[in-house]
Amino acid sequence: MSESVIKVENLSKQYRLGEVGTGTLAHDLNRWWHRMRGKEDPYLLVGEENDRETVGNSEYVWSLRDINFEVKQGEVLGIIGKNGAGKSTLLKILSRTTTPTSGSIKLKGRVASLLEVGTGFHPELSGRDNIFLNGSILGMSKSEIKSKFDEIVDFAKVDRYIDTPVKRYSSGMYVRLAFAVAAHLDPEILIVDEVLAVGDAEFQQKCLGKMRDVSINEGKTILFVSHSMAAVRNLCNRVIHLKNGSIQQNGDTAEVVNSYLTSNNTIKTSYDLSKSKRRSGSGVVQFLSMELRNEDGEVVNTVLTGDNVTLVFKLRASVSRATKIDLGFSFHNAYDEVLAALYSSYQDYYIEISDSEYINVYCVIPEFPFSAGQLVVRGRIEVAGEESDWPSEPLGIINIETGDFFRTSKINNKITTPFLMKGIWDSRSY
Amino acid sequence: MQSVLLEEEKKVELIVEPEAEEKWDLVIEPKSGLFDLRLKEVWNYRDLLVLFVKRDFKAQYKQTILGPLWHFIQPIFTTVVFLVVFSNIANIPTDGIPPILFYLSGITIWNYFASCLNGTSNTFVANAGIFGKVYFPRMILPLATVLSNLVKFSIQFLLLLSLLIYFSIQGVSINIGWSLLVLPLLLVVLAGLGLGLGIIISSLTTKYRDFSVLIGFGVQLLMYATPVVYPLSFLVEKSYRWFIVWNPLTPLVEAFRYALFGQGTVSASSILYSFGFMLVILLVGLIIFHKVERSFMDTV
Repeated sequence: MSESVIKVENLSKQYRLGEVGTGTLAHDLNRWWHRMRGKEDPYLLVGEENDRETVGNSEYVWSLRDINFEVKQGEVLGIIGKNGAGKSTLLKILSRTTTPTSGSIKLKGRVASLLEVGTGFHPELSGRDNIFLNGSILGMSKSEIKSKFDEIVDFAKVDRYIDTPVKRYSSGMYVRLAFAVAAHLDPEILIVDEVLAVGDAEFQQKCLGKMRDVSINEGKTILFVSHSMAAVRNLCNRVIHLKNGSIQQNGDTAEVVNSYLTSNNTIKTSYDLSKSKRRSGSGVVQFLSMELRNEDGEVVNTVLTGDNVTLVFKLRASVSRATKIDLGFSFHNAYDEVLAALYSSYQDYYIEISDSEYINVYCVIPEFPFSAGQLVVRGRIEVAGEESDWPSEPLGIINIETGDFFRTSKINNKITTPFLMKGIWDSRSY
Repeated sequence: MQSVLLEEEKKVELIVEPEAEEKWDLVIEPKSGLFDLRLKEVWNYRDLLVLFVKRDFKAQYKQTILGPLWHFIQPIFTTVVFLVVFSNIANIPTDGIPPILFYLSGITIWNYFASCLNGTSNTFVANAGIFGKVYFPRMILPLATVLSNLVKFSIQFLLLLSLLIYFSIQGVSINIGWSLLVLPLLLVVLAGLGLGLGIIISSLTTKYRDFSVLIGFGVQLLMYATPVVYPLSFLVEKSYRWFIVWNPLTPLVEAFRYALFGQGTVSASSILYSFGFMLVILLVGLIIFHKVERSFMDTV
């Protein structure tokens, strides 16, 4: 069990920015000229750290720089990081769709990479043909597919359509068939990208469940890249946090995920909606932005479970006087499923505006009951029962970290449910 | 794999130092040897090759009424146009072969080369979607193109054969017999040339798209540098004859006609020349292709 099946040594990958044009040819020739004389590639020396937000001096950036890690058999390793941290580059090198600039990766056993489901599906071909085609592309032999064919069809539940071209399939059937093929691969190492976040919640649960199943029951090694901290927490034994192409942290899941979330303060957590056109409603009263305040009244973007959290909604009215304003907001998870919604009218509270263009609405949520992760906040306003504003963009994002919800002075990291609740406990002998 | 693991455990037990040399199934490194072409891997994926050929064939004429009959229509129409332009208007002789047979045979064999070249020359760009997501030996796709074009060629060859039989009943002298045995060799050389040239161009196209523009009209022009619409014998005492003679496609087209009609300017040495040319082009192509396939996703 403790044998290393993946060993990554000093792995680096350099990319050239900008477009391919005449300059590219000049560099290519220069590089070739250096190589002919037995010298090193002159452009390897000039690479910069890959930070999207600062404009660099060099056209060359290191998408990955000196990455070292090992994965043992049966481990589920999560890879997290901001966009552009190098996650996808690492996956691409691992799945051999591109090569490293320097360093090496050593692998033991058959590798299957699922960067996408349904790679190579041809719309004109029948489900049957596509199972064979897709299976072979993913590395199965014809006899292997034949022996698993019935299982695959059964898993996808498309028996009736198996000889129909897949372009006639509903998108759900298409994805199910594609995933069914992937799920019946039998590799020792499985590389999975975020792409499995397509499809509905049930399908995602199925994917995650299947992955957990193969790692625990069959001892398969899985590399899992994701932005969903919930999925990573759920699935991984160990997590690597990539930042600007280097490993920031490599260790226990809860530890790495937590420090990743706290390092995330630069992430935009509230949006300026004052200029947004993508909204419906009469526009009498509209959202401008949203703010999050902690118990001390400071504006924050990360809150702790169990804290008293204040949501501040900044509104603008286009009339000088409006009554019966009903403000509602909802919390959504990363899959945009609504977890909770609250209108002020539920509590018989209505907002009034008079002789003023701007107004702040405060809503305190006592003992914030959502567990660690991220919530997307959306909002809607009604004035006298008619829709006034319903932006299609979210108002903001709340980062939540585990706090002392139960007032026990202990941090309980084991909770994976989205909601937390407290009870009043008692027991009597009789 | 199970047995490999077991063996390895045994080894660890026997060897006192467990840190002894570890065995890895796959090592991903920046560079590979110039001649490390991994052709064995292509063989391991032969099932996929067959499936790609089937896919090409099945998908091409889906939702058409005429279906594979389209394979006949294109050469027939081209033959008619050539008949009018080159035979009737330009009065170019056809080596004593009935003009219809002359043009149709030229078109059939040329089509095979041209479709191999055109098909393989955009391998990387056209399949970037699949290549970016999953690994399999990239050579599979150009090979599949060559094979599915062979199927197409066979269909068109049947058309040519049936016309030949019709003409022989009409009393035209036809040479069909043992000479047909040379046909597979001609096809191999043509396929090799098309494939080799195609993968070189597809490798260059990943970074510089200029070459895909070139191939668009280049193949058309190349047809006129090959004795497709005229026989080589027509060029005697023309100053540019050397150019046509040194075109490695020339002996192949002439040999094809010679095998069918017993007419043409061809020698064993000229076929050998084409064969050697093909080997060089194919080897250069494989080396460049293999070098590019490893990291083309970065530049495509």
